[in-house]
Formats: sequence, structure tokens, C-alpha cells
Amino acid sequence: MPYPTDPSPELADYAHPERLVTTGWLAEHLASDHPGLVVLESDEDVLLYETGHIPGALKLDWHTDLNDPVTRDFVDGEAFARVMSERGIDRDTTVVIYGDKSNWWAAYALWVMTLFGHPDVRLLDGGRSAWMAEDRPLTREVPSAETAHYPVIERDDAPVRAFKDDVLAHLGGALVDVRSPGEFSGELLHMPDYPQEGSLRGGHIPGARSVPWARAAREDGRFKSRADLEALYQEDQGLAPNEDVIVYCRIGERSSHTWFVLTHLLGFDEVRNYDGSWTEWGNAVRVPVEQGAPSEHGAPSE
Amino acid sequence: MSDVPAPLAELIDDFGSVGPKDRLQLLLELSEELPDLPERYADHPDQLEQVHECQSPLFLAVEIVDDTVRLFFSAPKEAPTTRGFAGILHTGLNGQSPQAVLDVPDDIPFRFGLAEAVSPLRMRGMVAMLSRIKRQIRVSAEGRDVG
Repeated sequence: MPYPTDPSPELADYAHPERLVTTGWLAEHLASDHPGLVVLESDEDVLLYETGHIPGALKLDWHTDLNDPVTRDFVDGEAFARVMSERGIDRDTTVVIYGDKSNWWAAYALWVMTLFGHPDVRLLDGGRSAWMAEDRPLTREVPSAETAHYPVIERDDAPVRAFKDDVLAHLGGALVDVRSPGEFSGELLHMPDYPQEGSLRGGHIPGARSVPWARAAREDGRFKSRADLEALYQEDQGLAPNEDVIVYCRIGERSSHTWFVLTHLLGFDEVRNYDGSWTEWGNAVRVPVEQGAPSEHGAPSE
Repeated sequence: MSDVPAPLAELIDDFGSVGPKDRLQLLLELSEELPDLPERYADHPDQLEQVHECQSPLFLAVEIVDDTVRLFFSAPKEAPTTRGFAGILHTGLNGQSPQAVLDVPDDIPFRFGLAEAVSPLRMRGMVAMLSRIKRQIRVSAEGRDVG
């Protein structure tokens, strides 16, 4: 049985409030026995969980748990079943994910769980920093989960994942580039202050709108209100909820955050994340590339 | 491993003798043992060099006193992996002679078995720290020759 939706009024306006929980909701449910509820932490910094985490939370590492070690792809159904089972998760479990950097990697983990169609997976609004800012408890104690029996599910990529060929077929349609303005224009091949990840060409996919992912988050890491998000994506950028939208960044992590916003907070019907993103497109032979600051769509980015 | 100073060789052994999960634990301990900056740097962050290749803000300074290298690092608590890399270099190289540090192979970061635990990409941060430390040592050695 899935847990009821967090009834907090601050979530009520979102299209799918059942995909978010507040820190208060989580604390309340963790305070007593909570069968069928598992909390996962997924961070950019792989050691952060070890420095202290929400009591009872288990670690889910985007690199070692969710990516295939050989092929550039996500794990298959068997590996995913193992990762879930080890954490005491079965198909009926309500999973709450949180992490650092405004839930950037938590959103990525949630998106990967969506590829496997996990029915009830939610984000903790504000993630790790919101929990810590409220001085809520952290522990270094790693809980031992009772192994569950997660079924082997064949990944269904098509609804929420786009490949390079899908993007080529989609050119002219709605594309959102969530990288920094410098990466979008082609001045930078990587995020400011981040290592270069080996793209040979700089710029963006032709026609893409530039909406850096962090514009969907507030200072405290929580998502902006629905009205503010509608202003950002629908009014400024002219995206429509019934439009087929593809989002991308560098390797598909930052764009998972935007995918979550468009899909679950604004209720867009068809949003796909192109996880090949710029590390694929910027290296691919003879795909079209556009350079320069955004100009055609709406307001310039910050 | 004659090409590696003893404390660094010892760390490589420590990491090599345990599995990936315990390697992370070791890295965490090293991140916690990283000393705070002395006041002369804490008050003058402009004297530190930023290592842009790291995924989190990491600053370092190198001093050579009595033919020994002294290393100083600054990285936020929210970036324990980056701090851990700095901790490896501090524990392994602080107090060595300039030549001993210059002789450390550039691929040393990959001998800790961490690439599989923390993703190969992040290892570049440690490679960059080492190369910037070596560059600073070379620069100050040249300065001394000229002076």
C-alpha cells in the first residue's frame, strides 16, 4: 500500500503533489514504525552519506548502483532488482529520495527508477540541505535492511528517455538546454568549476531554449512555487504542457531535475530526458550544432 | 615502490588491502584529518591557488621550508570526497623533499582503487591537485636558483 500523499498546503498546487514530501512529513513518518517506506540518499559527493544522513536512510549511488559498469547505459532489470532488494524495497514500497545540490542527483535517481516504472517514488523537497537547515537529526549509523524481493522488470525507456536519433527526429520541436549560459553559447565545454568531460564541440542543439536547471529551485533548495515555474517555462519560454519536450544537459543529471519539474510539478504530458546529452552530441559526427547566446525564445537567461 | 615516499606508499597499501566500501571509509577518515588552514592563509584566501578541475571548491598552497614541502588545503565540509583526496596528498606528501614530491608519478591517484568507488571522472581532481603542487614546487625552485 502506498503512503498517502503529503497533504501540506505548499505542495498542493503542483500537478502531482504525490511526487514530493516535505521535511515535516518525512520526520513524522520516520518517528514511528514505517513499514513499506524506504528513504534513499543520492548525492553528487559519494562520501556525503557517510558523513551523516537521515536516520534510517540508505545510500543509492548514481555511479556504482545505477550505471552499467561497461556500457554507457543504466543497469538492466536484474541489477536494478538487486539494488532495490538489498535496500528492502519491493514493488509496493514508497521510496523517498533526497540528496545534495537541490536534489539534482536525487532527481536523477528518481528518473532512473521511473525507467523501471517503480510506482511510488518521491523526492524530499529541498533535499539534504533543507533537512539540515532545520537542524533535524543526522546519523552515521548505516541501517541494515531486510532483503526484499524486487521483481526483474524490463526497463521501458521510450516514454521518458530520448536517444540521439530521437533528438534528431525531434529537431524543430521543443528542446530545453539546462546547462549554464556559457555552456549553451559554446564558450565553455563544461560547467564552470567542473572538470572538462571531453566534448569536442561547444554550443547547443539547434532551437534549444536555455533554462539553467537551478532556476527552478529556491535559495533553500526547495522547488519554486507552481506559479513561478509556470512563469519561467510556460510564459517566458512559451512551452505548452501538451507539447512533446526533450530536456538535456551534459550527462543527463541536471536535466533530470528539470524533467521532474516539467513532468511532476507542471504536469507536462510528454517530457523525455536525453541523457546522452552534450557529452554525446558535442562529440557526434555531423550533427547540427548552434552557437551563441539564446535569442529566439523569450527572455534571455540569467 | 621506490618512486613513492613511504607515507604515500603506506596509504596505497592501506587502500589496497580493503574492499571498495572500506576504501570509502578510509577516504572519509582522511577527509576528517585534513588540518584546518593556518591563520596566515585563512585570513588571506587570495594566496591560495584554486584547483578548478575539482568538482567542489578546493584551494591549495605550497611552501618549501628547510628543503621540505609543506602543503595547505582548503575545501568545504560538504565536499568530503574532495577533502579526502586532499587528505591523501597531505598525509602522503607533507614534509617530503621537493624532489621526492616531483618524483611522484602523475598517475598515482589511480593506485588507490578509488576510481571504481567514486567514478573515474572525479579522480581528475586529485590528478590536478598533484600537478598543481608540482608546478608550484618547480616555480619556487626556479625562483631560488635565480635569486
